[in-house]
Amino acid sequence: MPGGKANNNPKILVFSTEKISDPAIDMAGLLKLHYPPTVYTISIPCSSGVKPIWIMYAYEKGFDGVFIAADGSDCPYGDSCTEKTGKIIGHTHALMKEMDIEPARLRMAAICSVCSESFVKQMKSFNEYLLKNSNV
Amino acid sequence: MNKKLGVYICHCGGNISDYVDVEKVKQAVENEEGVFIAKTTIFACGDANQKEMVDDIKNNNLDGVVVASCSPKLHLLTFRAVTERGNMNKYNYVHVNIREQASWAHSDNKEGATEKAILLVKSAIAKVRLSEPLYPIKISSKKAVAVIGAGVAGMRAAIELSNMGCPVTLIERDHFVGGRVAQWDVLFTTNQTGKELVTNLYNDLINRKNITLLTGAEVISNAGSIGDFKVRIKKTPRYIKEKCNDGHLLKAIQACPIEVPDDFNFNITNRKAIYHNFPSEYPHYPVIDIKNCTRCGECEKICESVDFTQKEEIIEIEVGSILMATGFDSYTPAEGEFGYQKFDTVITLPQFKRIIDLNDKKLTFKGKEVKSIVYIYCVGSRQIDGDNKYCSRYCCTSVIHAAIQTKKKFANIQNYHFTRGIRTYGKQEILYSDSLKSGDIYLQSYEEDPPVVLRENGNTLVKINDILTGGKEISVKADLVVLVTGMIPRKDNKVGALLKLPKGRDNFFNEIHMKLRPVETVIDGITISGACQGPKNIMESVNSALSAATKSFSYVSKGMLALEPIIARIDKNLCTWCGACAEACPFDAISVEKDENKDIAAINNSVCKGCGMCLPVCPVNAINLIAYSDNEIESMIDALAGV
Ligand SMILES: Cc1cc2nc3c(=O)[nH]c(=O)nc-3n(C[C@H](O)[C@H](O)[C@H](O)COP(=O)(O)OP(=O)(O)OC[C@H]3O[C@@H](n4cnc5c(N)ncnc54)[C@H](O)[C@@H]3O)c2cc1C
Ligand code: SF4
Ligand code: SF4
Repeated sequence: MPGGKANNNPKILVFSTEKISDPAIDMAGLLKLHYPPTVYTISIPCSSGVKPIWIMYAYEKGFDGVFIAADGSDCPYGDSCTEKTGKIIGHTHALMKEMDIEPARLRMAAICSVCSESFVKQMKSFNEYLLKNSNV
Repeated sequence: MNKKLGVYICHCGGNISDYVDVEKVKQAVENEEGVFIAKTTIFACGDANQKEMVDDIKNNNLDGVVVASCSPKLHLLTFRAVTERGNMNKYNYVHVNIREQASWAHSDNKEGATEKAILLVKSAIAKVRLSEPLYPIKISSKKAVAVIGAGVAGMRAAIELSNMGCPVTLIERDHFVGGRVAQWDVLFTTNQTGKELVTNLYNDLINRKNITLLTGAEVISNAGSIGDFKVRIKKTPRYIKEKCNDGHLLKAIQACPIEVPDDFNFNITNRKAIYHNFPSEYPHYPVIDIKNCTRCGECEKICESVDFTQKEEIIEIEVGSILMATGFDSYTPAEGEFGYQKFDTVITLPQFKRIIDLNDKKLTFKGKEVKSIVYIYCVGSRQIDGDNKYCSRYCCTSVIHAAIQTKKKFANIQNYHFTRGIRTYGKQEILYSDSLKSGDIYLQSYEEDPPVVLRENGNTLVKINDILTGGKEISVKADLVVLVTGMIPRKDNKVGALLKLPKGRDNFFNEIHMKLRPVETVIDGITISGACQGPKNIMESVNSALSAATKSFSYVSKGMLALEPIIARIDKNLCTWCGACAEACPFDAISVEKDENKDIAAINNSVCKGCGMCLPVCPVNAINLIAYSDNEIESMIDALAGV
């Protein structure tokens, strides 16, 4: 089991984007919409810039789940983002299969700049899934 | 090289320290590799702490700093500036958000919030250890601004930019300028008319050499980015020659067989397919509404100024910044909402404003004299269950002002205000007290128990359980019921989608920060102003227009922009020039270059936006994004994993 767990919740790493999903996650805090404190965010410019090797590295280091907060159609860098982020997920799923990691431990959803409630819902449901399937 | 680091953990008054044990965080990180100073502070952003940080950096030659506080949206720039004042490279500063993302998000779990904060700070320390000093990339910026929308906000912004010596293209979708204000006659709180205001602005801008006004014009595409937006505009002709003969033209208008509802009057009157402007609209010559024109040729027979040979034009401009001023629409009540469209005595406030203007001496509507008027407030605003949760701000004042004007202009008027609590903030309160003094009657109800509009024996009645008289049912016979409708975002907002402007929860365009960066958007180089950002009266619209003009000018004034040096970097040894990255880059920032004996990918530093889309596609992992390199991300993951 990875170290530093609060409340024995699964550890979830979120790749979030500075301009779109970070504001939503910040607003979730502002509105005191709670989610498990074992969700950690790394901010990056765009969700289509996440390298599959980073995601694999997170599993290797003990993260139970990785969540990509995708810019979707709100991406300031253009409308190819959705498709490109989708490809990253596809590629990573292939790598996960090779390493015998359950593909459901990687999730992605579009989180817009005001999608605080949706982010919190995603985190709660991912957390519950990982708790139930703690053997995966 | 090992860095000497300073780490500051903020209480944020109690916003952080009420839930996160900041002392514990400090103790947990002070012995991390490289940490030379670790401190807690009540307000990291306060002057005293900023000064202490500058001194710490200078006295100890710190070359890396972490502040754990609120969202970087608020204070990243503040602390970067602090490190610069300490003569440190500002890119060796890393910001951690332990307020929105720890103390507040987990205020239900203090222990969890504290543990999370510790790991977040450790991951920032890991990142700063690997950070490198960076220097801004200088690009040239076109000294020109496109202003979209020529209402009061857009016109005032264009004039201000022109005053600063900046060329402006003012793009108005309608064939006339002035926006909504052209539609209102007497305005609160000055009693100036919309016509006067629009005339002043138009006369001021039209003869300026550095303002190009395009009417009937709409943005159809946009490429490029801050400093160099390439905007394509479609301009629909008026089908009327510029020097036209008024006499013939009026006859031509009479001869036109097509009648359509006139949006200027909110459809209470009709106009022809060839139509004249209202006195408050400019430029002062007419238009053929080609969508409704059947090309019957009747007008052409009478008036030589009609010119169907005029063609649509596509105009391309290059500007360094775009200023949005596309305004608002008024809420349209649903069919049957307070009798709207069910009873012909029920209208909206914008329609009422037009009726006051169009009537002289006697107030009549649909041929009947109007004496008793009921105003129902907050229609389409402050909806508990609906989408429009917000207060539309302008409407309490506007309706009270309209009620006063009605009494001044016409005899024997009695006004009944059915409110949900009056919000005539600031100086506008004087109007409220004037209205009370003039004998207007105010009744009030709650959202759950709204007034009811019904017909009885050919009369329109409005009933309310008035909370000001202890819930007593009061019924008023009305000749006219005015629904005080709020502001909503423009229904046709394609231009927002085209520029990828984010919207807020109210669906109006959203600023980066309501208080501190109120006219900037996440799309660098695009500013917002006026009522396209949310309900505003004229003064508020012009305030924001002036501030957006200044901000937009700051992007173009020097002809140069210093951009973030966060861009992609190719590892020459690994790259085999497969071209995958060049294909993935949405900005065409990557091209092929000769390096010794082989072809490799080369990044164009001023074009690269640092999105990172090229990173995951490289089959040999030859690309890293500066400040988000594999080493940095993996060291952050290590820290967060607690290994
Ligand atoms: C009934 C009523 C009465 C009011 N009375 C008062 C008053 O007495 N005093 C007061 O201070 N305020 C009053 N207001 C508020 C006032 O109307 C607004 O503050 C003001 O109109 C906002 O100006 P604006 O330029 O932001 O938007 P607008 O007036 O809406 O102008 C926007 C302009 O942009 C154009 N446009 C829209 N989309 C595009 C596009 N895609 N491309 C190009 N152009 C586009 C529009 O055609 C329009 O010309 C009133 C409002 C209402 C509804
Ligand atoms: S994708 Fe990688 S190998 Fe291919 S050209 Fe780009 S940097 Fe070189
Ligand atoms: S980071 Fe984005 S903009 Fe820069 S080269 Fe890569 S894909 Fe293009």
